Amino acid sequence: MRSDARAPLGLTIGAILGLAFLHLPILLIFLYAFTTEDRSYQFPPPGLTTKWFAVAWNRADIWPPLYLSLRVAAISSAVALVLGTLCAAAMARAKFFGRDTVSLLVVLPIALPGIITGMSLRSAFAIGDIPFSTFTIVLGHATFCIVIVYNNAVARFRRLGASMLEASADLGANSFQTFWHVILPNLGSALLAGGMLAFALSFDEVIVTTFTAGQQSTLPIWMLNELVRPRQRPVTNVVAIVVFVATFLPILAAYYLTRGGEETAGGGK
Amino acid sequence: MNAAVEFQSVSRHYGPVRAVDAVDLVIEEGSFFAMLGPSGSGKTTCLRLISGFEKPTAGIVRIFGEDMGEVPPNRRHVNTVFQDYALFPHMSVRDNVAYGLMVAGVGRQARHARAEEMLALVKLDGFGDRKPAQLSGGQRQRVALARALVNEPRVLLLDEPLGALDLKLREAMQDELKSLQQRLGITFVFVTHDQGEALSMADRVAVFNEGRVAQVGTPAEIYERPATRFVADFVGSSNVLPPDLTAAVGGPRAWASLRPEAIAIAPAGRLGGVVTGARYLGAGTRLSVRAGALPASNGHRTDGGPTDAPRYLEQGESEIAVLVPAGVAVPEIGAEVGLDWEAAALHVMEGEA
Amino acid sequence: MSGAAHPARGAGDRLTAVFWSRPKLLTLLLLLPPLLWLGVVYIGSLVALLIQSFYSIDEFSGLVVPEFTLKTYGELLIPSNADVILRTVAMAAAVTLAAVVVAFPVAFFAARYAKGRWKAVFYLGIMLPLWSSYLVKVYAWKLILAKEGIITWAAEGIGAGNVLNAVLAIPVIGGNSLSTSYIGTFLVFLYVWLPYMILPMQAALERVPTSMLEASADLGAGGWRTFRSVILPLAAPGVIAGSIFTFSLTLGDYIIPQIVGSSRFFLGQAVYSLQGTAGNIPLAAAFAVVPIAIMLVYLTVARKMGAFDAI
Repeated sequence: MRSDARAPLGLTIGAILGLAFLHLPILLIFLYAFTTEDRSYQFPPPGLTTKWFAVAWNRADIWPPLYLSLRVAAISSAVALVLGTLCAAAMARAKFFGRDTVSLLVVLPIALPGIITGMSLRSAFAIGDIPFSTFTIVLGHATFCIVIVYNNAVARFRRLGASMLEASADLGANSFQTFWHVILPNLGSALLAGGMLAFALSFDEVIVTTFTAGQQSTLPIWMLNELVRPRQRPVTNVVAIVVFVATFLPILAAYYLTRGGEETAGGGK
Repeated sequence: MNAAVEFQSVSRHYGPVRAVDAVDLVIEEGSFFAMLGPSGSGKTTCLRLISGFEKPTAGIVRIFGEDMGEVPPNRRHVNTVFQDYALFPHMSVRDNVAYGLMVAGVGRQARHARAEEMLALVKLDGFGDRKPAQLSGGQRQRVALARALVNEPRVLLLDEPLGALDLKLREAMQDELKSLQQRLGITFVFVTHDQGEALSMADRVAVFNEGRVAQVGTPAEIYERPATRFVADFVGSSNVLPPDLTAAVGGPRAWASLRPEAIAIAPAGRLGGVVTGARYLGAGTRLSVRAGALPASNGHRTDGGPTDAPRYLEQGESEIAVLVPAGVAVPEIGAEVGLDWEAAALHVMEGEA
Repeated sequence: MSGAAHPARGAGDRLTAVFWSRPKLLTLLLLLPPLLWLGVVYIGSLVALLIQSFYSIDEFSGLVVPEFTLKTYGELLIPSNADVILRTVAMAAAVTLAAVVVAFPVAFFAARYAKGRWKAVFYLGIMLPLWSSYLVKVYAWKLILAKEGIITWAAEGIGAGNVLNAVLAIPVIGGNSLSTSYIGTFLVFLYVWLPYMILPMQAALERVPTSMLEASADLGAGGWRTFRSVILPLAAPGVIAGSIFTFSLTLGDYIIPQIVGSSRFFLGQAVYSLQGTAGNIPLAAAFAVVPIAIMLVYLTVARKMGAFDAI
């Protein structure tokens, strides 16, 4: 079996079916946003209309959750940007005792299922008598977003190398000048990508949020309620498209921002 | 003459590893100083001790008499040309060169004007707007040089400055660096593992081995009068004669070195042997001669001069390298030959006990 | 121009000198904010979870009694609660096995045969579903599996309507429609976690040298022999790494069984409803410790089998 030979037919079919399995369901959402049927999920749709976009736009109960989601995602990714970058900078500097523990600690919030993070925070709020607020949602989101920024920043620090920072110091720059003139410009696109991925992750998150939001409603929580007790199904479809696009675009942008690095990294293949 | 850099029993240990071990060294102001040694010999660590990227675990590094113990790299009046150049990829060539002035607070116009002067100095006028990625290796190195010189350092450090260049470019750059140093009159300290580079460029050379300085001297001293077996072997692959052999060819009973090019093939000589190998080098042919392969004949001579017939060692054998210059007949492999040299060519190494 | 060193200019230079003479100080300063956050918010919360799980609830007042007891963990063993745990573990195992089977051709093709542009297509084709909205993906399946949805339509269109009904008639895993059966829950789990299996598998397969496959073929091994005796063992670390994700994520999810599936609880649903409407935080916490314990065992076993090189 040579890798430059053609793939066996069975394998090709399996791979194509696997990819189709991953993508077709999402396409279906787009179709359903235009259906004229609003009481069931009938397929094929009896007719097509664009009126649901206008209906969704005029629904007053959609906007506050959308604003809350945007606010939470913005604050969480900002916090994660600062903390993730600091952590990556420390890891890039030198080997130190407890290095592996630190990297484990950073990954843990995303490695353990969301329900554990959520339930843990809920337990802590109960013990500390902390009332639910935007702040409690951000606490959870920022925690699992740190690793996203961290991963992007660590990879870029590795590419930056030590000699460039030394060159800056050698030419007279102090640590702060080096950070501003050399580290930040080189880290920029990686941080932007990390920040956007963190934003997408936070904007879309529902499991941890249900434990930390109390009576507040983010857009995913609004959607979850609609799924459990549907009112106007096509409106939910429209919101689903909005959520999909709001997470899809930052992810695609992040992919293009870091692609150069991926290609250099995989250049040996 | 003033000392530009002075090491006073400086050590840099990493746990049990002695990267630099009790080094004493004086680099005189205005000299072109080479730190020569194989990788891991401590030469690069010494360079980084001068720039401040390493701190001594013991001893004192002085620059123009000042103790650098508490002075971080950014405040030292020393600049470095890095081995990988370490140009800032996000800045234009002009901004790279002007970087040292920018962080010092020099205004945009003044620093750009100065950067252009520096670019002209390294013959890169008109390249200011390019990005480092658009330059060739040799051009990048010139940018690194201009960038390091813009702050008018009193000592310029060069870490394997020519290592990444191809042979032809390397030779041109050697001449350029040499003339640049003479024009600017500042101290150049460069690290290299290439003995040819060190000998051709430097006024003085320090040969490093296992964290210590094996010998410091002018290129001629290092080459002709190596102090230790290591120096003799590393600098120009000299023949190292053990005490018995030195004594057998009329010297004292001590380690000695003998340059391959100082040995001539002669029908009768101080030593005889069999040619075992030949390597053509263009400018000559390097022969391997196994001396002492045949029983001793003829009586011993007492004055150490040539005799009528070759003389062989009484015990043991030794591989002796002989450089036969181009135009001289090269004996065939397996031929019996005599080896002869001027008495002064045999150099006894004081550094070897 | 004279002198060997510049004087320090301002606080920036002075701090730089401090960082230079004590390099560990800067590392510590950089680490301090993220470590404080993760230590206080995350580790602190995990500790709070453990503490809560050792509290109990007063049966009459419904208030949490903040005293150490094992009573709450004891409650996990009563049949209805133990059923929830077993059901969840069984589902996690089924999803993991199915993910291995479905992921393999995609991972193998992407690792071995996809070149140039196709490589990028496969990369994006796996990464985009992985990253796109979780809730939207689950919702899409609610549409697909609905009684009046595309699967029923397609089954009837090809005259396989009675096959679908026969499948739904299977006891336990069947149901009124796909969207209210375990089959439905299983399909959605499989769909949502599949990329987490493909990626580590692909990484492991990419590390298998082509020469090794050729050597096997040269020795006369047929395609199937090569596959079974060379490729599968070498892909194993990737499979284990991927299974850590699929297993752990299935254990902890409560949205999918809530939206698609029968009304019987999974572990995550138990945690969610106990902490919410039931107000029994101690029992919810004890339930949440279960997946942690299971994953610790799983990770210990996986580590022994060398799975972590492939993550």
